Amino acid sequence: MANTQAMCTSFKVDLLNAVHAFNGTGVPAHTASTADTFKAALYLASATVNASTTAYSSTNEVSGTGYTAGGVAVTFGTAPSSTSTTAFITPSASISFSNVTLSTAFDAVLIYNSTQSNKAVSVHTFGSQTVTAGTFTLTMPTNDSSTGLIRLA
Amino acid sequence: MIVTTTKGEMDDSLLEKREGSDETDSETISFTEYWLNGEMVHRSVHVTLKRNVFSEGITQMIG
Repeated sequence: MANTQAMCTSFKVDLLNAVHAFNGTGVPAHTASTADTFKAALYLASATVNASTTAYSSTNEVSGTGYTAGGVAVTFGTAPSSTSTTAFITPSASISFSNVTLSTAFDAVLIYNSTQSNKAVSVHTFGSQTVTAGTFTLTMPTNDSSTGLIRLA
Repeated sequence: MIVTTTKGEMDDSLLEKREGSDETDSETISFTEYWLNGEMVHRSVHVTLKRNVFSEGITQMIG
C-alpha cells in the first residue's frame, strides 16, 4: 500500500454539513440536529452577484407584483453525499416563484443561508428573463457528482 | 383552461398562445406567453439548470 496526499472525501461532506470549526470566529451554533433554512433570491441582469458576494442583499434584487424581497425557501431534502472524491448536494425540489410580474430583466439566483445571517452560498446564472402574471421555475440538475448543484471535488 | 393574466383570470380560448424554448450549455429555457389583442398578458418561464457550482479542495504538500 502507498500513502496518497488528499483532502478526505468525508471532510468535503462534513463541510456541507458544517461539522468542522477551525476558528471560533463566526462559527454558527449547530448544536441541534436541525438544518438551517436556505432561500433563493432573484437578481436583475444589471446586478453584480458573483463569487465575491458574501451575503444576501436587496440591492438590485428583482421587485414586482407577487415577489417578496428575500425570495423563497429552498428545500434540501437530501443529505450531502459523495461519489468517488466529489461531495455534492442539490435542492430536492424546484425553486418556484408563482404569480409574479417581474418586468425588469433578471438573470441570476442567489442561494443563501437565512438562518446564518443570510450568508451567501452560491450564485447561478441563466439567460435573461421577464415574467408577466406568471410563474418562474428553476428546475435543479440531477443530484450526483457530475451535475449536482454544489460540488466539492 | 383558466390563465392568470394582467387582466385577471381568463379562459385560454380567448387568448393567443405562444411558446418557445432555448438550450445552452448551462440551461434549458422554455416559456409560455398568452397575448390578447397584441398585448402580452401572461408570461411564464421554466429554466432547467445544467451548470453547477464546482470547487476543488486542494491540499498542499508539506516540506
